Amino acid sequence: MTPPQNHAPKAHRAEPRIGFYVCHCGSNIADTVDCAEIARYAASLPGVILARDYKYMCSDPGQELIQQDIREYQLDRIVVASCSPLLHEHTFRAALARAGLNPFYLQMVNIREHVSWVHKNREAATAKARDLARAAIQRVRHHQALQPIRVPIRAEALVLGGGIAGIHAALLLAEAGKRVILVERQPSIGGHMAQLDKTFPTLDCAACILTPKMSAVRAHPNITLWTYSEVIKVEGYVGNFTVTVRRKPRYINEALCVGCKQCVDACVFKDGKFPDEFNAGLSHRKPIYLPFPQATPQVVVIDPDRCLNLKTGKCKKTCVEACDRNAIVFDQQPEVHEVKVGTIIVATGYDLFDPTRLPQYGYGRYPNVFTTLEAERLVNSSGPTAGKVRLRDGRVPRSVGIILCVGSRDHRTHPWCSRTCCMHSMKLALLIREHAGAEVTIFHMDIRSAGKGYEEFYDRCLREGIQFIRGRVAEVTDWAMTAKEEGHLVVRVEDTLAGFVRRIPLDMIVLAVGMEPQRDARELRRILNISCSNEGWFLERHPKLGPVITFTDGIFLAGCCQGPKDIPDTVAQAGAAAAEALALMDRGYIEQEPNTAYIDPDHCCGCKSCLPLCPYSAIQLDETQGRAFINEALCKGCGACVAACPSGSIQQHLFEDEQVFAEIDGVLSYA
Amino acid sequence: MKYPYFPGCSLRGLGRAYEESLLAVLHHLGVELQELEDWNCCGATAYMSVDETQAAVLASRNLARAERAGFSELLAPCSACYLVLNKLQHSIEQFPDIQQTVQRALAQANLNYRGSVRVRHPLDILLHEIGLDAIRERVVQPLRGLKVAPYYGCQIVRPYATFDDAHQPTTMDQLLATLGAEVVVWPLKTKCCGGTLTGTVPEAGLRLSYILLKEAQRRGAHVLATVCPLCHFNLDAYHAEIEHRWGPIPIPTVYFSQLMGLAFGLAPRQLGLHRNLVPFRFPSEPTVACP
Ligand SMILES: Cc1cc2nc3c(=O)[nH]c(=O)nc-3n(C[C@H](O)[C@H](O)[C@H](O)COP(=O)(O)OP(=O)(O)OC[C@H]3O[C@@H](n4cnc5c(N)ncnc54)[C@H](O)[C@@H]3O)c2cc1C
Repeated sequence: MTPPQNHAPKAHRAEPRIGFYVCHCGSNIADTVDCAEIARYAASLPGVILARDYKYMCSDPGQELIQQDIREYQLDRIVVASCSPLLHEHTFRAALARAGLNPFYLQMVNIREHVSWVHKNREAATAKARDLARAAIQRVRHHQALQPIRVPIRAEALVLGGGIAGIHAALLLAEAGKRVILVERQPSIGGHMAQLDKTFPTLDCAACILTPKMSAVRAHPNITLWTYSEVIKVEGYVGNFTVTVRRKPRYINEALCVGCKQCVDACVFKDGKFPDEFNAGLSHRKPIYLPFPQATPQVVVIDPDRCLNLKTGKCKKTCVEACDRNAIVFDQQPEVHEVKVGTIIVATGYDLFDPTRLPQYGYGRYPNVFTTLEAERLVNSSGPTAGKVRLRDGRVPRSVGIILCVGSRDHRTHPWCSRTCCMHSMKLALLIREHAGAEVTIFHMDIRSAGKGYEEFYDRCLREGIQFIRGRVAEVTDWAMTAKEEGHLVVRVEDTLAGFVRRIPLDMIVLAVGMEPQRDARELRRILNISCSNEGWFLERHPKLGPVITFTDGIFLAGCCQGPKDIPDTVAQAGAAAAEALALMDRGYIEQEPNTAYIDPDHCCGCKSCLPLCPYSAIQLDETQGRAFINEALCKGCGACVAACPSGSIQQHLFEDEQVFAEIDGVLSYA
Repeated sequence: MKYPYFPGCSLRGLGRAYEESLLAVLHHLGVELQELEDWNCCGATAYMSVDETQAAVLASRNLARAERAGFSELLAPCSACYLVLNKLQHSIEQFPDIQQTVQRALAQANLNYRGSVRVRHPLDILLHEIGLDAIRERVVQPLRGLKVAPYYGCQIVRPYATFDDAHQPTTMDQLLATLGAEVVVWPLKTKCCGGTLTGTVPEAGLRLSYILLKEAQRRGAHVLATVCPLCHFNLDAYHAEIEHRWGPIPIPTVYFSQLMGLAFGLAPRQLGLHRNLVPFRFPSEPTVACP
């Protein structure tokens, strides 16, 4: 067929010599698309010198085939019909380059994701693949030789979130000699791990293994630690991000405070009065406080919603008197900083499921229903009860029930498994028994103990007499039916192993609340321009092969912000994210698609319509000539100016009008 | 305000006091009910458990007629009607084959149902359309000192929790508190009353009703407030039998709408209170005049 008149190739161009390859992808494509037929058809189109089908084009022999043909038949344009270009465009471009051809003479046709995976009817699928192939063949003849753009990468990194994930990643990067800014929104780093007592399956103390790393962060010359801070804007792109961080006022001069807490003792509030976040609300703190003994930095903070002076201006300010370093600054203002970094690691962790959403479990109604996080604080020797497990009225519980999957594995709340609850509930069962001498029963659907040493830990619990009842608890009630139940909480549950419904009176109930995404995950996602799943977990680029990279180049994920996981997995992922970031920063540059826009000086009339449209300020007006021109180094290829130019004098590499129209003509012409 | 209304058989039979009191209090609040013309039996839960599709067909005629009459909502005060009509709505949305059967059957009666009618419960209307403020304004005899156990029964929140929580419903609690009553905390809000078991397996059925009354008594309630004619029947009509088996439990059961009427100062007779087998009286301590 003849190319359409309007967009005929420029006369000076020699007729291209096109090679066409269609991939079976094993049976992924070949089962639904008649690949041999596609090759036969392609061979009949003008300009196509040869067309082949092959089982795996991406394999070494597949690539070799292309290279050989290029040399043997002097091919100068290549079309590969296979999977998404996201996956293998760079593979085939590299093959072209190896054969001495400019890599941008390649065009890919996605007949897997766009055809074979989404269609069932072989005939119709084959017809669609044929149309797409024809479009690509018509397009590729207009391709031009281009050079990729090299962009330098800054060697600084920003780590967002100072839980164990962020801490580990920041330390690795800093050790490798990179400058790191660690931004944590709480007054101290540490995250959830700092609140835990011991950690499964080895029962080593969380603080003992975490605090040294927290101090290392504080002390490391390559790490700038900004606590009580949040990222409010991210601009730029891989290698050159500009991040705006807002530092909330803590009303303390961080450089002067040494954490001696004399101000806390001197506060006009004689006793703690406000729920202490670190102890999950089980104890009370003052308006001026150190979040917890090992808080890093060791700097107190003033809660503006509680402090009398900040709220009313009327207070004796005994804290100011008590501070001999004059570190209290009541008129401190929020600070906004702009920092430039090459890579960003997101490690913002998780939130816990709110158990009042399942009123049948009585949290908030019955005082002796707790969450596992509260239980962690109860068994902790620096917790609100100094490690004694107590009911809210001070009694020692004789029997404790732990209910699993509260807000997990339940289509009414969250469908996912929170992955750590089985293990940390068994850990708490042993600790509660040790601290209170209570008999502990775990109510479960399954015990999921996959992990090194985890099943052995389950065995240990069984051997040591922790009770396990298989059944999803229907309700926790104070409705006593017998004298024995009087004064207890009663768990009603179908014991699916015994095969009947049981009522089990217990003193204390602990709800293993599941993990959920941080409540502001969606806002943060927009700020960072990364993706998240429907539920709000940040999305990795590939669940198997790209588990810590995002769809936005230069931004990586670590820890529970990507999905529920335990500390070993979190640390492994943080290491992986740091390594990915290091690989980028150490290479020092990245190659970008040369998809920049350019202006034809003969046609531009200097109307300036494009100038305000460019989000990157890449367009400038040459006043003397009355024409606009585009700074290629700044252009990001968004195409806004191309579409807006009234005289049609702006074009974009890789998306030239003649290429796009040829493609459209190709897909629409019925051959 | 005017609401299309599906009385169902109960409100014309055993549950007459429910209809009498509901109509009276709604009228008092400026809400009139327009009865669906030529309605038929909803099928109740009995038919549904014998043949779901046939039951759906039977119930659908009511919604089809409501749709034809131009109603976008239908008030169904009886718990069984409310559940059955909601279930029909759910089935035709979820199961195309049920929908086809229903449409075929309806076509024979020159009817057709597009699925546009929303089935609503009086508690839903009272709280979410009329509002507690408007109700509070009408209270002239607050039920001060009256301890009420709010009893929702199983059907209005399960399996379709359309306007309240399935496990811890609170709409009636809020309503009763607005009337000035003291709502006792009792954990059996949605426990089974025995349903029709009281007739078929009385040992099991009566025991369930007994548990409700007993726990209400233990929690210090003077009266149980219900939304369901069948619950009311079990707790009221079998009261003597329950006391005969397990000893005295002087707890009457009334409809929430009857308590509303009392708080609005309406005459007990107008509210059908004289129909109760276990007579309802205010506890002796409070200053409120005995009706
Ligand atoms: C009760 C309980 C017991 C557990 N026990 C164990 C155990 O024994 N062993 C084990 O391996 N695992 C255990 N876990 C799991 C463990 O808590 C997690 O694996 C681990 O804490 C994940 O670390 P993280 O850094 O990803 O997230 P987090 O600990 O949640 O840290 C995230 C950090 O990011 C900060 N942040 C969030 N959003 C922002 C933002 N927008 N800007 C700045 N900073 C932000 C947060 O303030 C926080 O400091 C337990 C979990 C629970 C709930």
